[in-house]
Amino acid sequence: MIRNIAIAILAVALLGMAGLLLSSRRPVIGPIGRPVPERFSAGSIAQGETLAAAGHCASCHTRPGGQPFAGGYGVNTPFGIIYGTNITSDPKTGIGTWSLEAFVRAMREGVARDGSHLFPAFPYYAYTKLSDDDVKALYAYLMTRPAATAAVPANTLPFPFKIRALQEGWKILFFTDGRFHANPSKSDEWNRGAYLAEALSDCAACHTPRNSLGAEKTGYAYAGTVIDGWIAPALNETNPSPVPWTQEELFTYLRTGGSPLHGATGATMTPVIREGLALPVVPDSDVRAIAVYFSDIDHAGARAHNTEAATREALTSSSLGSGQEYDPDAELYAAACIACHYNSGTVPLPARPELALNSALTLPEPTNFIQDVLNGVSNTDGAPGLVMPAYASSLTDGDIARLAAYLRRTRTKSPPWSGVEKKVSAIRQQSAASH
Amino acid sequence: MTTFDLNGRTVSIHSADDTPLLWVIRDELSLTGTKFGCGIGLCGACTVHVEGRATRSCITAVGAVAGAKVTTIEGLNPEGRHPVQVAWTELQVPQCGYCQSGQIMQAVTLLKDFPNPTDQDINAVMAGSLCRCMTYIRIRKAIKLAAARMRGGIAQ
Repeated sequence: MIRNIAIAILAVALLGMAGLLLSSRRPVIGPIGRPVPERFSAGSIAQGETLAAAGHCASCHTRPGGQPFAGGYGVNTPFGIIYGTNITSDPKTGIGTWSLEAFVRAMREGVARDGSHLFPAFPYYAYTKLSDDDVKALYAYLMTRPAATAAVPANTLPFPFKIRALQEGWKILFFTDGRFHANPSKSDEWNRGAYLAEALSDCAACHTPRNSLGAEKTGYAYAGTVIDGWIAPALNETNPSPVPWTQEELFTYLRTGGSPLHGATGATMTPVIREGLALPVVPDSDVRAIAVYFSDIDHAGARAHNTEAATREALTSSSLGSGQEYDPDAELYAAACIACHYNSGTVPLPARPELALNSALTLPEPTNFIQDVLNGVSNTDGAPGLVMPAYASSLTDGDIARLAAYLRRTRTKSPPWSGVEKKVSAIRQQSAASH
Repeated sequence: MTTFDLNGRTVSIHSADDTPLLWVIRDELSLTGTKFGCGIGLCGACTVHVEGRATRSCITAVGAVAGAKVTTIEGLNPEGRHPVQVAWTELQVPQCGYCQSGQIMQAVTLLKDFPNPTDQDINAVMAGSLCRCMTYIRIRKAIKLAAARMRGGIAQ
């Protein structure tokens, strides 16, 4: 009896799944001939160029050293590597046969021209909020880029994650189609920043933690998370920096890649700033709008009065290690670091990254600190004009752990990190594996 | 193939991207004023300027300076008469001389950041520049002499 019921339940479940799988495939949208560039207005293309830059499409759709938008960049997800597709106008390997209707459906609903579901590594759940005009402009821009015949490696998703039809279930659980709604009680500038952040640049993709099925955790918007072996810090009021991220700080950081009161960009944020949001394509007004939006989200205004005092206080620790020292950790700091990181007075010099104010030291984990010490910061990374050497070949895991503990103890008010030496070792192995 | 500006000239490097800048400068570009002291960035003998900032070239990969302006001791001043170099000569700072190009390059950055340096400033910014002959007393004096002259507007 029980056995019959069990079989019945199993049968229904299987039928249900089969039904889901069969019905989840959306209709194919017929191919078109590759659109002629003359079809698109210069204004629309220019608008699309700004949007594609601010949306940093190239960072996921271009392999390092490859032709822009020709795909092949592997996005590391907990489920495997998903490769950004070729979105040039090539008819065979790109989207040259995609009508505007097909493009819109991909952007708004996460469905490819052939009706298959796209994985949410492609943030259609954000792009669904874009205006019709902006989606059209992006289409105009992409369709007028040089075509590149480039096949993209297959994703490395294991069964069952690679079954695209199951994304129907993901969408039922986590996706709501819909346009951006401006907040009438906020300024135009705020709303522009919100639109750019939520609908286009999708800052949440890296700065909001995800659940076990890869969807953004509701209630934890911009709470920060780990991405590609680095911490993308919190952008909301839980950000632990000693000095608040005011609108001015955010603007300076997003415009130049560094801010004296917070530190410099690294890892996958660098192309967003140096190639995405950069002049001349993305204007100051758009970057300022994003700064306005996030300085509201992190309630910097409520804490901004503290900035001067917090900065001055931070700088009092800057000379530690410069005098006669009996602490061997301070001596190591003096030998390896203080020449470049020392500041005196009440404000740090822009060319002297002040560690007591640096985001890396107040994050919950030493990840970003370890990465910067091991790898250094190249000329194309971080703040412009500041290069940091790489200590991977000169300091042991133990040395770096001692420096981390010393700086955390003397330059911050945060509780000590734990297990740092093991973490250095793990990050070293990660770096070695990916090279 | 890394390209950068060295002492005002564009250079294209054949060495692999991860070659330390120190070896590129000494071996591939034949500029031997910059010295190897420890190879791990803890003695300062290898100090050059990258974008005008003192940087340890023995642990900086040449790939990291792609597109940047790099200055060695040879390129600091066309006649070797930067105020720091003049002060160094006048006060007979070097003994064996091995660490001195690194000391000079570091001192130049120090004076850019701290035109009127205190002893604490000098202790901190020069902390990573070691001198086995212990000519530190003269280094400090020369830094202060050069600082006074540069503040007084002596031409560089």
